[in-house]
Amino acid sequence: MTALAPTAAGGATLDVAKIRADFPILSRTVRDGKPLVYLDSGATSQRPRQVLDAERSFLETSNAAVHRGAHALAEEATDAYESARERIAAFVGADVGEIVFTKNATEGLNLVAYGMSNASVGDGVEAAAERFRLGPGDEIVTTEMEHHANLVPWQELCRRTGATLRWFSVTRDGRLDLENDPITERTKVVAFTHQSNVLGTVPPVEELVRRARAVGAYTVLDACQSVPHAPVDLHALGVDFASFSGHKMLGPSGIGVLYGRRELLEALPPFLTGGSMIELVRMEGSTYAPPPARFEAGVPMTSQAIGLGSAVDYLSAIGMDAVKAHENELTGAALVKLQDLPGVTIIGPRSTEARGGAVAFEIEGIHPHDASQVLDDSGIAVRVGHHCAWPLHRAFGVQSSIRASFHVYNTLEEVDALVAGVRRAQEFFGVVPS
Amino acid sequence: MYQEIILDHYRNPHGRGLRDPFEAEVHHVNPTCGDEVTVRVHLSGGEGRDAKVEDLSYDALGCSISQAATSVAYDLLVGHTVGEAFETLDAYQEMVQGRGKVEPDEDVLDDAVAFAGVAAYPARVKCALLGWLAFKDAVAQAQAGGNP
Repeated sequence: MTALAPTAAGGATLDVAKIRADFPILSRTVRDGKPLVYLDSGATSQRPRQVLDAERSFLETSNAAVHRGAHALAEEATDAYESARERIAAFVGADVGEIVFTKNATEGLNLVAYGMSNASVGDGVEAAAERFRLGPGDEIVTTEMEHHANLVPWQELCRRTGATLRWFSVTRDGRLDLENDPITERTKVVAFTHQSNVLGTVPPVEELVRRARAVGAYTVLDACQSVPHAPVDLHALGVDFASFSGHKMLGPSGIGVLYGRRELLEALPPFLTGGSMIELVRMEGSTYAPPPARFEAGVPMTSQAIGLGSAVDYLSAIGMDAVKAHENELTGAALVKLQDLPGVTIIGPRSTEARGGAVAFEIEGIHPHDASQVLDDSGIAVRVGHHCAWPLHRAFGVQSSIRASFHVYNTLEEVDALVAGVRRAQEFFGVVPS
Repeated sequence: MYQEIILDHYRNPHGRGLRDPFEAEVHHVNPTCGDEVTVRVHLSGGEGRDAKVEDLSYDALGCSISQAATSVAYDLLVGHTVGEAFETLDAYQEMVQGRGKVEPDEDVLDDAVAFAGVAAYPARVKCALLGWLAFKDAVAQAQAGGNP
């Protein structure tokens, strides 16, 4: 069973024209009047009017610092903030107390790593936190297809604690090499992506969770590229922690979410400390609030949380099955049409099976930066570079790649525009293979 | 932006390859795209700005702009004193970082004026500077005692 629900055949449809009308930015032109073809939602998505209006309306009527003060506005702001948390929790199949607001997904992953780090240093760690203690001889497992955000924090945690980093390799067709399994009795944490931001690959989460649980290791899921694009039920997946960003799911930047199983959040030491995360403060020492407040030190981002709540409402109204089916259609078309072009090689799975809508590719004889310049001159926005997944690019023997990524507002015509743009780049640089 | 001069240098780079002798070698990367360049410099005679740039040799992985820019740097900097080379480098840097507001001096910059168009694309300025700034760093290291 998979918590990325299968697409109901022909069942889910959506009205793209109607959706696009909600995104003012999609009707602008760039580079001397070219209609914008935005194929970079894997980096950041655009925001519908409903999200912008929710933020503005909150700021115009109810803005106040949440969870402090007792006046009318403070009460309304706190209610709006907590209501957003409830809707976001429901959206990903979590309980409300398991949702921590962070700055972004990177901070969420660091929160877990630093919480474990804090459980590993010095004396006086609360007994409950002992379960997270790491030291020499312990191992953390990640994968070669991770975004730097789910790799570097673990490298650093290893450096601080003396633990050792191991990883799953990636096969030539862009899947995790599950045969060569680095998980052993020494493994304490298994951190992996729910969908590669480069390859689009969706690893078998249930299988990885099963293997991690068998040795008593905690699982940490980077859900940045899955939650915005498909139905995700974190309880059904059974992961211990998960992190995702607001700005990739039609919401604001400056807001992210860390999910943690209640029992674990209650035991994990805090990462950032200070105001509003405390229970009792004395000069000699302090005790901390229960989660999620324990992990939300300082006055939090508020209109961003309200905006993310609105983004979740917007996506829920469309239906995540329909979003997934639509993006699947775009991905399938892009894979077929790009592979039809001589000289173009897809980096990652070549079919839509267990795969999401990030399509990375190379064009023989053209550096990705040069190709993107030609695409940009036609108004087509794609990502080029290593997409914060440098080890993955090294594994494929390439320095960088071009990535087109989709969201609910993209169209098949935009896929065609991309393909035509790639052809133009090949002609411009004189590398059209015969 | 893609002037024919740039594409010519990209297809047929001048002075490419790492050569001996050299007093310093540096490796620079553009962390946003992963482009890399290794630059060696060989200086002779004189102190400081009076030393002569006998050779600039390089090995590069990167886009047309970064490759062509390094090739042009080879043409414009080798055979000159360090002082002259740095003046050319300063003029070049000022041009590509000028957001299109800097009028390039063709007498100083020669083929490098082809890169004036890069100034309109801030994301590509790093590409155009990669090899040039590696050269500057290599000269500084060579004159501080070298590293081979």
